[in-house]
Amino acid sequence: MNETLWTWESLSIVKPEIFLAVSGLLLLVFGACLKGNPARSIGGLVMIAMAIAAYMIWGMKWDSQVEFSGQFIFDPFSAYMKILVLFGLIGSVALSLRYMAQENMARFEYPVLVLFAGLGMMVMLSANSFLSLYVGLELQSLSLYVLAAIRRDHAKSSEAGMKYFVLGSMASGILLFGISLVYGYTGALGFDTVAKTLAAAPATPGAVIGLVFVLVGIAFKVSAVPFHMWTPDVYEGAPTSVTALFAIVPKVAAIGLLMRLIYGPFASMVPDWQQILWFLSAASMAWGAFAALNQNNIKRLMAYSSIGNIGFAMVGLVAGTAAGAGASILYMTIYMAMTAGTFGLIMMLRRNGVAVEKISDMAGLSKTNPVICYCMAIMMFSMSGIPPLAGFFSKMVVFQEAMSAHFYVLSVFGVLTSVVSAYYYLRIIKTMFFDESIAVLDREPGMGKKIVAGVCVAFVVLFVLSPDPLLKSSKAAAGSLFPVAENTKE
Amino acid sequence: MEIGLHHYLILGGLLFTLGVFGIFLNRKNVIIIMMSIELMLLAVNINFVAFSSFMHDLGGQIFTMFILTVAAAEAAIGLAILVVFFRNKGSIAVEDISTLKG
Repeated sequence: MNETLWTWESLSIVKPEIFLAVSGLLLLVFGACLKGNPARSIGGLVMIAMAIAAYMIWGMKWDSQVEFSGQFIFDPFSAYMKILVLFGLIGSVALSLRYMAQENMARFEYPVLVLFAGLGMMVMLSANSFLSLYVGLELQSLSLYVLAAIRRDHAKSSEAGMKYFVLGSMASGILLFGISLVYGYTGALGFDTVAKTLAAAPATPGAVIGLVFVLVGIAFKVSAVPFHMWTPDVYEGAPTSVTALFAIVPKVAAIGLLMRLIYGPFASMVPDWQQILWFLSAASMAWGAFAALNQNNIKRLMAYSSIGNIGFAMVGLVAGTAAGAGASILYMTIYMAMTAGTFGLIMMLRRNGVAVEKISDMAGLSKTNPVICYCMAIMMFSMSGIPPLAGFFSKMVVFQEAMSAHFYVLSVFGVLTSVVSAYYYLRIIKTMFFDESIAVLDREPGMGKKIVAGVCVAFVVLFVLSPDPLLKSSKAAAGSLFPVAENTKE
Repeated sequence: MEIGLHHYLILGGLLFTLGVFGIFLNRKNVIIIMMSIELMLLAVNINFVAFSSFMHDLGGQIFTMFILTVAAAEAAIGLAILVVFFRNKGSIAVEDISTLKG
């Protein structure tokens, strides 16, 4: 036991994380020292720092490397997911800069907290042991609790923060309890050793209970039914820019973490986790479709929509194949673009300086604000899965993989719930085009939301022209999670 | 009577269950919820230390140190949110956390 813990070379695979951590701390100090209100400039710097980190990941050698005594792994999967997460974070900061000023909550801590949440997500996506997983997950969660309650003078926001904190901490506790059992019954914390121990002998009941607890903890984080109860409340209460962040990024990171776990340490327990994920997926799709039917608040509706979308993404995971995992990654990529675009458009809805959140407030947008209206219509069509928009392909790929793994019931069920959920997406379109308009919206002064919404709409519309690069890279990313034998099969 | 691993595990499991029930059954005070969360984390610590010492593997005890640290940070953030909540509502009763529903 005389191995070196780390060398200077091993630092090269955590370059982006170190860079983000250092720049986050520096920006925190700068923000405290600068005169006036530095929220906008710090926000810009945070975006630049995250862009540089994404560029660093892009430039690294994309093969599997494990360092720091097996704590930290860098592979194509983590690289792809990290770049995705960083894009989502840059988008959500871009959405929120103007919004913070409009809602009188422009504080420089906001973008810095987003940066630290991103750092936590990157650590947990690269985790190769339960210890680094836990630390990354908590860094992310603690930053997000504060973000939910960032509007200190607003009762709803602090209530959302409170609820998120209580249920999130409970989820962490459950996850930890599961980890402790897995540790006890496999004798290790590192994913590689746990995988080997579990593969060598039939799983002990203790390890199975541990797996269940771990999955429940993560189901809380991705808000899969029946562990979703915090989602609508937190989404409604948090400031809209924070809701956008919650919907866009942490889910992607948590699904990535789930994939790392079920295909890594728990790879030999397929039948055990498959039935749990099957249930979570079906329940999320159904509840996400039916509970959203009579929602009037657009943020609450988006909460149920995100619950449903997580269900669809899990369909690919249930398949348990590399192709299915790739389909889920692609689904989350497209989901991220659709959600970011939709929230960009939602945040443009302001009347007389007040943000409106009711669906009925969108009545008659086609006459008063045709551009917003048509962009929103594209997003809603894409979410409900109408070809040739990106949302159709993401659903199609996921169901295709589930079918080829013989999960017919789940696939058919998924298609049916997707039909039900089309109702509430189309209801928004109906409100915008056919209802009597109330009043004209304010002119959107900033560029941030317009750019984010524009990029997302362009992505959703143009995806059909060249889907191959994303399809291939998501497949390659998923392939790195699986042993070599399965990689070469394609 | 010899005290074995399972005694520790039963204790950890009981404390954990108490913590979970404390969150859901308590209808009075948010502070009690925070204590319940802390109880859950400490129950996990008992598990970890018990496993660690019975398997002669230090990993679990190191994990415990991390949990203690993170739990402290978590409590700090939770109390900060609670203070903000109290300023807005003038109360920390659980039944007052109910504006958002539907």
